[in-house]
Amino acid sequence: MQANAGHIVARDITIAYGDFVVQRDLSFTVNRGDVFIIMGGSGCGKSTLLKVMIGLKEPAKGDILYEDVPFWGSGEDERETMKRKFGTLFQSGALWSSMTIAENIGLALKQYTTLGDAEIREVVNYKLMLVGLAGFEDYYPNEISGGMKKRAGLARAMALDPEILFFDEPSAGLDPISARLLDDLILELRDSLGTTVVVVTHELASIFAIGNNSVFLDADAKTQLATGDPKQLRDSHPNDIVRAFLRRGAPEADAA
Amino acid sequence: MNAALTCTITPEDTLAVALAGDWLLDAALPAIEPVLERLRHTPAPAAVCFDASELGEWDTGLVARLASIRRDAEANSVAFDDSGLPEGVRQLIALAFAVREREGARRKARDIGLFARIGEKTQRVVGRSRELLEFLGELVLSFGRLFRGKATYLRSDLVQYIQEAGAEALPIVSLISFLIGMIFAFVGVMQLENFGAGIYTADLVAVAMVREMAPIMTAIIMAGRTGAAYAAQIGTMKVNEEVDALTTLGMDPIDFLVTPRVIALVVMLPMLTLYGSLMGILGGTFVGLSMLDVSLVQYASQTVNSVGLNSLLGGLFKSLVYGSLVAIAGCQQGLACGNSAMAVGESTTRAVVMGIVLIVVSASILTVIYINLGI
Repeated sequence: MQANAGHIVARDITIAYGDFVVQRDLSFTVNRGDVFIIMGGSGCGKSTLLKVMIGLKEPAKGDILYEDVPFWGSGEDERETMKRKFGTLFQSGALWSSMTIAENIGLALKQYTTLGDAEIREVVNYKLMLVGLAGFEDYYPNEISGGMKKRAGLARAMALDPEILFFDEPSAGLDPISARLLDDLILELRDSLGTTVVVVTHELASIFAIGNNSVFLDADAKTQLATGDPKQLRDSHPNDIVRAFLRRGAPEADAA
Repeated sequence: MNAALTCTITPEDTLAVALAGDWLLDAALPAIEPVLERLRHTPAPAAVCFDASELGEWDTGLVARLASIRRDAEANSVAFDDSGLPEGVRQLIALAFAVREREGARRKARDIGLFARIGEKTQRVVGRSRELLEFLGELVLSFGRLFRGKATYLRSDLVQYIQEAGAEALPIVSLISFLIGMIFAFVGVMQLENFGAGIYTADLVAVAMVREMAPIMTAIIMAGRTGAAYAAQIGTMKVNEEVDALTTLGMDPIDFLVTPRVIALVVMLPMLTLYGSLMGILGGTFVGLSMLDVSLVQYASQTVNSVGLNSLLGGLFKSLVYGSLVAIAGCQQGLACGNSAMAVGESTTRAVVMGIVLIVVSASILTVIYINLGI
């Protein structure tokens, strides 16, 4: 792996639902090993941008490049292959309700690797240990709590050791300690496995704890206002909206 | 390079495990059973340590196996010495063991006998029947509140349900009834012509449609169309906690969700049935006129004379019964729905099956009663 190659590059992306433009002219670079935050106020199109990045929604214009390969410009087959390097944690886990937790995590392993049943069980067991859910293999999603679903969803996202992990509002609905543990886990995965992490969130605590790169979307301007390290954006970005967001609207004197 | 694993016992009674090659999820990895066996072997070694100097690329395929080794080592009180492993591997293992397995969370595989299984099934059937009875009781209470003007529901909802269960069902009811009428007329013409009694096809079609076929066919259509929709709507509302939201506001979900739906179907099904009878007779007329040597006036008067008021009212009463049964099956299954996408599917299926079974069973009972009453 070469360091600092642009792992993900967004090039002039415009997102629209029909004629209604959500965001336009988005361009940013996510480096390998970054924890990249997509932030902005509610309803500014953060989750929609994530959908574009993971292949659920086609952009109206522009493209996403993964290791210099255009994602939407490639054929269906290449896109499928590229998607296999992604892991996604959806907002409420999105576990398949007809399968046990172990089957949820094991499905991708069964489909895309040559592992036998016992080996899959071993890997599943380890992934569940990582998220603190050891012993819950044989539970169905509707038998565990919301926070546990989220952690199980994370274990499923990590099943294939993806190169890029996408998180949609990872700490929404988690208590502060669980949210903190999740942040630690994200950093640990990045450090140990070199995973690139893309997070959609507006939790300031998380943003500053884990993010080292970001893009700030604004609903009124319908485009990005800033990109870069969130801490630097908070301290020295010229745009008032960006600074105010990152200081929870507090005036500079108080926050400093 | 292929992954390899060798283990040796050092003079200090330590199990030394040497890892070599690339340990990746998708590669064929050597079994770790030799290591696990040594750990379980008595006397167990004092410690297990690792030599990763030959280790190539790795991912969680390796870490998962090392985690298994550590678990076994701890179970046999063997010290787990991870100092020989790469930094990342050590952290990922430590992370996995940071949160201990919750006591009693793991499920034991249950092996239950045939009788126990029969017993469980029976209990479930008994439980379901009780739920159904409870539901019926609550529905009766809800109607009581409705007549006293104390039930909370939205008029606009009721109008919408009536629209959905009535006017929007007209096309499918027209099609099915018309075709059924034609089929009856074909059969009638073929058989009755042999006796020179072809004109009685009109009687056959009219009586069959008005008394039996239109009520039953329309009810079955509505069980598949509206009963299923009721179960899916209410079931999804339950999954989304919308039903709980009503309850916490002090609104009875039966008053709000069930009663208007039941009213809509009970009011609309007899009307649809009447319409269906007409369409069926029309279909029969179409076939009768084209295959028999009779005039429209003859056929029409034969039809009118064959259907008495008794038959008509009897048929409408049947459809009233079917309508309430279909609505009750749909709403009850919706409210009894579990809290997952699967459960919504199951309760929808059950609503349709239950609706159709209830229709056919009550049809048989009503027919016997009608015959005895001479209707």
